[in-house]
Amino acid sequence: MKASNSLWKEKLDGQVPEHLAREVDIFETELTLRKQGKLEERLFAETRLRRGAYGQRYDNGQRNDGHKVQKLNFPSGDLTKGPNTLWDAPGMQRIKIPAGGLNAHQLEVMAELAEEYSDGIAHITTRQDFQLHYVHIDDTGALMRRLAAANITTREACGNSVRNVTACPYAGVCTDEAFDVTPYARALAKFLLGHPDAQSFGRKFKPAFSGCAQHACGLTGLHDLGLIAKTRVNATTGREEHGFEMYVGGGLGAVPYQAKLFQEFVPPEELLPLAQAIARVFARHGEKKNRNRARIKFLIQDLGIEKFRELVLAEREILPFDPRWNDYIEEAKAEFQESALKPAVDVPELVLIGNANGSGAEFQQWLKSNIRPQRQPGYVTVTVALPLGDITSNQLRSLSDIVRRFTRETIRTTVEQNFVIRWVSKADLPDLYKALHAIGLGDAGAGALVDITSCPGTDTCKLGISSSRGLAAELRKKVSEKSFVRDEAVQKLHIKISGCFNSCGQHHVADLGFYGVSRKIGGYAVPHFQVVLGGQWENNAASYGLPIVAVPSKNIPKVVERLTERYVADRISGETFKEFVKRTGKAQLKTMLDDLAKPPSGDRSYFSDWGDPREYTLGDLGDGECAGEVVSAVDFGLAAAERELFEAQLAFERRDFERAGRSAYHSMLNGARGLVQAENPHVREDASEIVTEFRKRYYDTQLFFDPFAGGKFAQYLFAAHEKRDQAHTEESSRYLIDEAQLFIDAAHSCNSKLGKLVAV
Amino acid sequence: MTIRGIQLIEEEAAVELQHINVKLLLKAPERVDLHAVIPVFHSWIQDQSTDELLLDVASYAHVKDGPGVILIGHEADYSLDLTDGRLGLRYNRKAVGDGNNQLRLEQAVSAALKALETLQRDKRLENSIQFDGRNIELFINDRLLAPNAAVTQLAADSEMRIFLNRLVTSEPYSLLYEPDSRRLFGVRVQFEREFTVSELLQNLSVGQPSAH
Repeated sequence: MKASNSLWKEKLDGQVPEHLAREVDIFETELTLRKQGKLEERLFAETRLRRGAYGQRYDNGQRNDGHKVQKLNFPSGDLTKGPNTLWDAPGMQRIKIPAGGLNAHQLEVMAELAEEYSDGIAHITTRQDFQLHYVHIDDTGALMRRLAAANITTREACGNSVRNVTACPYAGVCTDEAFDVTPYARALAKFLLGHPDAQSFGRKFKPAFSGCAQHACGLTGLHDLGLIAKTRVNATTGREEHGFEMYVGGGLGAVPYQAKLFQEFVPPEELLPLAQAIARVFARHGEKKNRNRARIKFLIQDLGIEKFRELVLAEREILPFDPRWNDYIEEAKAEFQESALKPAVDVPELVLIGNANGSGAEFQQWLKSNIRPQRQPGYVTVTVALPLGDITSNQLRSLSDIVRRFTRETIRTTVEQNFVIRWVSKADLPDLYKALHAIGLGDAGAGALVDITSCPGTDTCKLGISSSRGLAAELRKKVSEKSFVRDEAVQKLHIKISGCFNSCGQHHVADLGFYGVSRKIGGYAVPHFQVVLGGQWENNAASYGLPIVAVPSKNIPKVVERLTERYVADRISGETFKEFVKRTGKAQLKTMLDDLAKPPSGDRSYFSDWGDPREYTLGDLGDGECAGEVVSAVDFGLAAAERELFEAQLAFERRDFERAGRSAYHSMLNGARGLVQAENPHVREDASEIVTEFRKRYYDTQLFFDPFAGGKFAQYLFAAHEKRDQAHTEESSRYLIDEAQLFIDAAHSCNSKLGKLVAV
Repeated sequence: MTIRGIQLIEEEAAVELQHINVKLLLKAPERVDLHAVIPVFHSWIQDQSTDELLLDVASYAHVKDGPGVILIGHEADYSLDLTDGRLGLRYNRKAVGDGNNQLRLEQAVSAALKALETLQRDKRLENSIQFDGRNIELFINDRLLAPNAAVTQLAADSEMRIFLNRLVTSEPYSLLYEPDSRRLFGVRVQFEREFTVSELLQNLSVGQPSAH
């Protein structure tokens, strides 16, 4: 949509790392091919999802406006960007932030993108990502290029891939951690990004790191791969060694699974190869057709952890050595050294309060809830609490100024949808508070009752059933009121809300969790939330809550009030909310809420949701894209071949014959590799290996043969491979383009003949 | 100034003003309840009452000095915007506009004025929304076409003045350009006297912008 989209490539020439520039070039070509109808919608859907470009509510071109279903007549008509997903419909762009780490410049870039391509708001997710909403697909190429210039990629932010690698935001400064997990998280993220062994999953795969077992910051218990830092003393040398307690198969969703212990101590040099072996086993044995059972947790459940471990360790044994296993960790350790900008000054709290010049009670409250000591004396971390994870472009720019002023320009996102500023000299706290307060980011209550976590819900998510953000905003207002329960134990509780059972708001691990459901009352659909009580946030989300009863959305604030009051009144000394829930029991808790489970008769306000005056309907529910499209490696290879050939044609048109010839040759290689992957998923991106494998599996067997032309088209590849180092002329590149087209056509025929839709 | 004169100025101007944002500041912002605007915007979608395809409503009322409540459209968004702590009706043109800079300025300002006129008349809002009569802001939401730099100001200033002279029939006004180079190129305009929305719309309906 932006007039400048096509100009960014030239503008940023030389500023984008080559591998990221190439990624964006490929995606922009795919956008063009899709618009020309040369790339199938299912393939395009998966390729855009793997770049974080997600669908949004109403993208099927229909919206219930409260009276009727409106057809949204977009200018691009029936052009789609995926099954039942119209081209012009606004979408969501997810941006991966490994370990949540950002610098000041990256904050500024995020501010610009939110302003120019979205609605002026950047949203932080429960997995430390950023999300921008209402983004037009035509803008995504320029958006990704601008991110790439700031060394950020959106690759594999969605789709059936390795998602953002999250980590404790206090890593490196936490008083309780075994050691800093940051470099390991960064190394794993880099290693698995685009790794051939992680491209054929039936569903997504989420890794997380924690520096300790007891806190919640890493949430390793609910991840596909969870790694907890651990030390041990080597019996021979007597020296302390670092390693990880490795967990697999955790996950939320409709039915939450606790991760299972895979290995008690994984030394750093085994971290990446073991993760690679797990990826291989998941890709090979994981469910592909039924997406509801395609997460690794189901594979582990079906196999049992012992058998799964056996398969992974066997796979580990046969993995060819990869120098990156160690190099990436060493590189990450060198690259991610964080230190203080200011000298450490350990100032007593009373002096700090005196220095705050009258900020008074609010400052004191902020000190209490938003500040944590670092293990480095004289330094603290400061949590910047964001309402519903939202931050404006202007706030992001001001935050970048603050980060430059008080630290060495670094900041981290958290799974509670906040920011953490680290390495703050204690003496700077009054000034830092004033700076945050001036831009509306000085709210106290980080990690407390008021700091409510919520997924997007019906605001923008296609799967949303109830308005999780609307409820979160209402509860935030309610619990901020002076009249609300002031008891300290209540203020420490966590509220987490999901718009549906898929748990993006992590309701299972909250003290008070809610997820959206619908109930029919008097012939009308009424938005409800299922009340889930007593989940455990601490100990890396060690246990999940208990569903009690579904309550109309408009009654949820009363549920919170009643339960918290009851807890304060009935708790036994020192009893946690989780313990209170367990002791009270489901039956009694349900009885306590029974009168709230039905809307009062005649009150029509219950027939609409929080923040949305339309009469409530489920008619806007769409098909989720969370699971991505299961596309075979052959399909991917052939799509890559088509794209490369298109680029060859463009290069030929601009008389860049060298590039045209090279691209035509590579297009054949891509097609051949796709076919080979159907038989050998681990074939490397090495041209000679691809050609050898292709010859063995498709030429010598005559599987690639045309009924009339025989092996002629395969020979085009062999000839091009032999001449791959020769320079290209206008004539030779033109011939090669024609040959590549015939080769790709033959590859499609071969694929159809074999009927290998999902073979890997 | 002759039409040819205006053409010459435009030819010299290296800036293409696309994605124009217009913010019309409101009187007595403390009287405005952002939540009350949500059903009004929903009814605009029901009626598809603007020139743009209207899609959805997003509320950021919980964010300080943020975009407030936004009516999301395909070609443009409308919002009651709180950026910089100044409440105003904002029009954010997203689609590429045809014609020249003057036509695009006219399109965006007219759209904003018409939307504000509709809100002012809406009985559900109980006259809480009223144009302050003196203050409007114009931004270009595209940093590549219009970086916030002296060169853009130099190129755009004459465009702005030609348009504003037409908007207020050459009555006096002052311009204050956005000084922070990281923010969008934009200008705050203050009229010396109060204008009504209908007066400004009337001024734009008289005469034509320079044609190219």
